[in-house]
Amino acid sequence: MYILDTITAIATPLGAGGIGIVRVSGSDAESIGKLIFNNSKKINGGGFESHRLFYGRFHHPSDGSLIDEGMCVLMRAPRSYTREDVIEFHCHGGYLIVSRLLDACVSAGARLAEPGEFTRRAFLNGRIDLAQAESISDIISTSTDKALALAQSQREGYLSRSIARLRTLLIETLALVEAYIDFPEDEVDPLVTETVFKKISAVRVTLQKLVDTFNTGKVLRDGVSVLLLGLPNVGKSSLLNALTGTDRSIVSHIPGTTRDLIEETVSLNGLPVKIIDAAGIRSHNYDCIEQEGVRRALDKVAAADLILLLIDGSRPVSDEDIELVSMVGKTPYLLVVTKSDLPLLSDTSRFTNSVASCYVSTKASVGIDHLTILIYDYFVSSSVLLSDGAAVVSSVRHRDVLLRVSSSLELFLKNMQMDLPAELLSLDLREAISALGEITGETTTDDILDLIFSSFCIGK
Amino acid sequence: MHCYETKYDVIVVGAGHAGCEAALAPARMGCLTLLLNMSLDGMAVMSCNPSIGGLAKGHLVREIDALGGEMAKNIDATGIQFRVLNTRKGPAVRAGRAQADKQLYRLRMKNILEHQDNLHVKQGEVTALYIEKDELRGVDTRSGIRFIGKTVILTTGTFMRGLIHIGLINYPGGRAGELPSAGLSDNLKGLGFDVGRLKTGTPARLDGRTIDFKRLEAQYSDENPVPFSFSTKRITMPQTPCYIAYTNSRTHEIIRSGLDRSPLYSGVIEGIGPRYCPSIEDKVVRFPDKERHQTFIEPEGLETVEYYPSGMSSSLPIDIQIAFYRSMEGLEKVEMMRPAYGIEYDYVNPIQLHATLETKLLKNLFHAGQINGTSGYEEAAGQGLLAGINAALRVKGKEPVQFGRHESYIGVMIDDLVTLGVKEPYRMFTSRAEHRLLLREDNADIRLRDVGYSLGLVDEATYIDFCKKKEEIEKELGRVKTTRIGLTPEEKEWCSNHNCADIQKGTTLDQILRRPEIGYEQLEEIDYISKKLPKEIREQVEIQIKYQGYINRQLEQIERMRKQEEVRIPEEFNYNNIPGLTLEVQEKLKKYKPDTLGQAARIEGITPAAVAIVAVMVKSFGEKKVES
Ligand SMILES: Cc1cc2nc3c(=O)[nH]c(=O)nc-3n(C[C@H](O)[C@H](O)[C@H](O)COP(=O)(O)OP(=O)(O)OC[C@H]3O[C@@H](n4cnc5c(N)ncnc54)[C@H](O)[C@@H]3O)c2cc1C
Repeated sequence: MYILDTITAIATPLGAGGIGIVRVSGSDAESIGKLIFNNSKKINGGGFESHRLFYGRFHHPSDGSLIDEGMCVLMRAPRSYTREDVIEFHCHGGYLIVSRLLDACVSAGARLAEPGEFTRRAFLNGRIDLAQAESISDIISTSTDKALALAQSQREGYLSRSIARLRTLLIETLALVEAYIDFPEDEVDPLVTETVFKKISAVRVTLQKLVDTFNTGKVLRDGVSVLLLGLPNVGKSSLLNALTGTDRSIVSHIPGTTRDLIEETVSLNGLPVKIIDAAGIRSHNYDCIEQEGVRRALDKVAAADLILLLIDGSRPVSDEDIELVSMVGKTPYLLVVTKSDLPLLSDTSRFTNSVASCYVSTKASVGIDHLTILIYDYFVSSSVLLSDGAAVVSSVRHRDVLLRVSSSLELFLKNMQMDLPAELLSLDLREAISALGEITGETTTDDILDLIFSSFCIGK
Repeated sequence: MHCYETKYDVIVVGAGHAGCEAALAPARMGCLTLLLNMSLDGMAVMSCNPSIGGLAKGHLVREIDALGGEMAKNIDATGIQFRVLNTRKGPAVRAGRAQADKQLYRLRMKNILEHQDNLHVKQGEVTALYIEKDELRGVDTRSGIRFIGKTVILTTGTFMRGLIHIGLINYPGGRAGELPSAGLSDNLKGLGFDVGRLKTGTPARLDGRTIDFKRLEAQYSDENPVPFSFSTKRITMPQTPCYIAYTNSRTHEIIRSGLDRSPLYSGVIEGIGPRYCPSIEDKVVRFPDKERHQTFIEPEGLETVEYYPSGMSSSLPIDIQIAFYRSMEGLEKVEMMRPAYGIEYDYVNPIQLHATLETKLLKNLFHAGQINGTSGYEEAAGQGLLAGINAALRVKGKEPVQFGRHESYIGVMIDDLVTLGVKEPYRMFTSRAEHRLLLREDNADIRLRDVGYSLGLVDEATYIDFCKKKEEIEKELGRVKTTRIGLTPEEKEWCSNHNCADIQKGTTLDQILRRPEIGYEQLEEIDYISKKLPKEIREQVEIQIKYQGYINRQLEQIERMRKQEEVRIPEEFNYNNIPGLTLEVQEKLKKYKPDTLGQAARIEGITPAAVAIVAVMVKSFGEKKVES
């Protein structure tokens, strides 16, 4: 557990509320702030006068790209929550923006905070009073519980399994190095550089692949897209409004390129979902003027990750409804029977290949939550986003860990090639393993000794 | 019970490697000390192998010396083969190892003890602690004498309820040929100590006259034996070789044929043995593909024909032992003088100790050595020294001494013991020290001399020598950092001869020394001043410069941990009903009762989140107390 370095975390719940706050605490807070926040005015310390809110722009230090515009406040020690220098960035509350701002802080040199670490510092620096201290221990424990629940989900399962495999490989290598150091008179295999090199290079390749799933990972880059498809008057617009209603935050509002394509991005339990209302679609009878819009809509159908196929529950299923299914093509769809407050007249048995179905009434506000859960579960709990059950890195924290592991291993390989002595090589490996431990749990000396004693005949 | 008239400051029970240091330290610090041993012929006995040092163990011996202990001096005076291991690896993992003349080793230590001021050495077996009104007052012996003392240090080694196994035969004994200590461990159990059982073993001793040494490979002492003690100028004992022999498939067959009569494989032994010291039968069973196992045949002394075959400990019956030795090349006609045996003994769970080695249950009682679940002479001596120091400090009413994991192997060992407990006999390895690069043999004095001196264990002259050395190191470090190379034609040629033609004019000497291919040995060709420097100064400076980047990294880590490390958890702190701690974590913390947050964090299964919660609660606990 580190005490003196600079930490960062998102201070507002993800996806909830219109403002996101990223907080940085520690001696480097101000210099990190200067790398990211840019205030056009040079007065007032360029936006770094303590305890004043300044307006400006946030840039990513890695490539200078613009992240967002917003407010920044520096609180110099000891007048801050942690009694250290603290800087806060207030940006728009979208998932992507906040994550990117956090990423910017990390690449400017901050470390991702552990759960409860800000509070821990506040306490260690004597900032916190009794009542606060006690209530905060609850928060810390809840956030760990949440992490546990997440770890049980299938998606995390793949990740933790492939990380466990990497950990095994690293520990095996460390055991080799340590046995070579500690048992010079026992019959221990010499450290064969070539084998170790191959092994660790392979680990690095896997690490890179995992990190790449984060970069290209659909979920986190674009979120997922869900298309509303249905005949006019089936209730698409009201469903769209219900899904993006005031209780869910609107992340962005991008008007479609044509009047009849509307996109809204909402956050469903933190999962960014882009909902597209392809208002222009008719199954047939379209005239020339609309042709262009329809072609675009069809493209959207093919590109969507999931289609919500709406049928009007108060009317018998029509041929036009059935034709929609053929338009859907290979894209999976979820059947939504609308107007469930009215007597049910439609026969849903003809939509056999739907991934799930549900009944909603926007008027009576019934079934919306269920639909939300179905959508979320479809993406998060099922493995549709994973190619062949492969692991996907979805948290910035995990990616940060994997990157650190990889760079320690890079150093290890470099040092091994330079013929540095084993006790220095061990340092790099240990650093990699301890970083990985932030995901897998700690590796103890006993774990390594266990492996040494089971793989080598020690005992002079 | 006859109460002895002299009242002691410190009573040490046991004169093994722990007990000897535990008695010398307080006596040297001016405390009236009593050392009791079962037999005065059995003090500082090397129960098993005739060697001191080796990886991590050599480090411990050097630390003991820096603090003013005796072990290093004793082996320097009685060692008959000195070698430095890992010379081709970096300085942090180099270690000295010496073969001792066992009898001389024991006798010299006995002599030192007998001539130490403030120290009474007496024969006597302690059967119980003498406790009055819940306070420790002294010890009772089997012969009916009660000794009164302010503090007591138990260093009972393998003796408490010792049970010796040879094949399926077993009998009570503390060590072959010696009585066990009976009663004391029951007494401890009655006081609430968690007493467990461990097991270890030792190989047979062979008659050197019946070994064909010509057919074995000899391993000689280093040409210039390096002493363990910073104060020893030169090794003067004659040096003798060890020999290497091998088992073969026939040996393995014989061993397998005896397994049904092994107490381990037939389940007679319940204690847990060390995995790094497996018996030969263990090795054969666990590594069936290995065609041969090597053994070093080590002399037990100059005046004896007994030899110690290392790595061949066994609890197989005697007929099998004789047969398997005789199946080995060079040992065909060997005579066994003492059979191998295994021994089970009682130890006390070290999580019941503070990092000062004082027990948490009974004030003024200290435990050191094998009783804490360790094995090895050096581990025992290191603990004995610390326990002795802290008992003396207690008597003097001073604050106890503790060592951090970043300061010494002694500190690593004791922290491991008190935070993790032991599941098998604990031995030191360099891999246990996360700050290994800082904890070197070569800088043990720099790390610990000041402490030894301030305690009064290091004499004035030795300390002045040390201060001079430190000064010279600083001076030379300053010199190489500020001396720049002018790149004269001669220097230019030197550069190209040493593969560093890229060196620019104005480069400092320390930058040059940092290159892997350059040391003082090369540098002195153009840097004449360094030629005249003493060897140990050059060594220190070179290591510090070459390791600098890594050393700084470790120092940084230590600095970061410091705050948490030092937060003390009050003794009366209550873990019950702390919101957010699982029941399992609560139970564990109640059992271990860590003294600091740092210790708590290292207990197995205690997560950072749990530590954070405890941190918050400890803080509020303190505030509540102030309010009330
Ligand atoms: C058979 C055997 C095999 C071993 N194998 C190994 C090995 O392979 N590797 C290794 O590292 N170490 C080994 N050891 C352990 C090594 O000998 C010890 O770790 C080391 O000597 C421990 O030192 P100590 O001071 O704690 O105890 P010891 O050296 O055992 O000394 C204990 C002393 O206390 C005295 N004593 C005990 N009880 C009482 C009492 N009630 N009253 C008065 N005096 C008492 C005894 O007489 C003895 O002198 C072995 C020991 C034995 C006996």
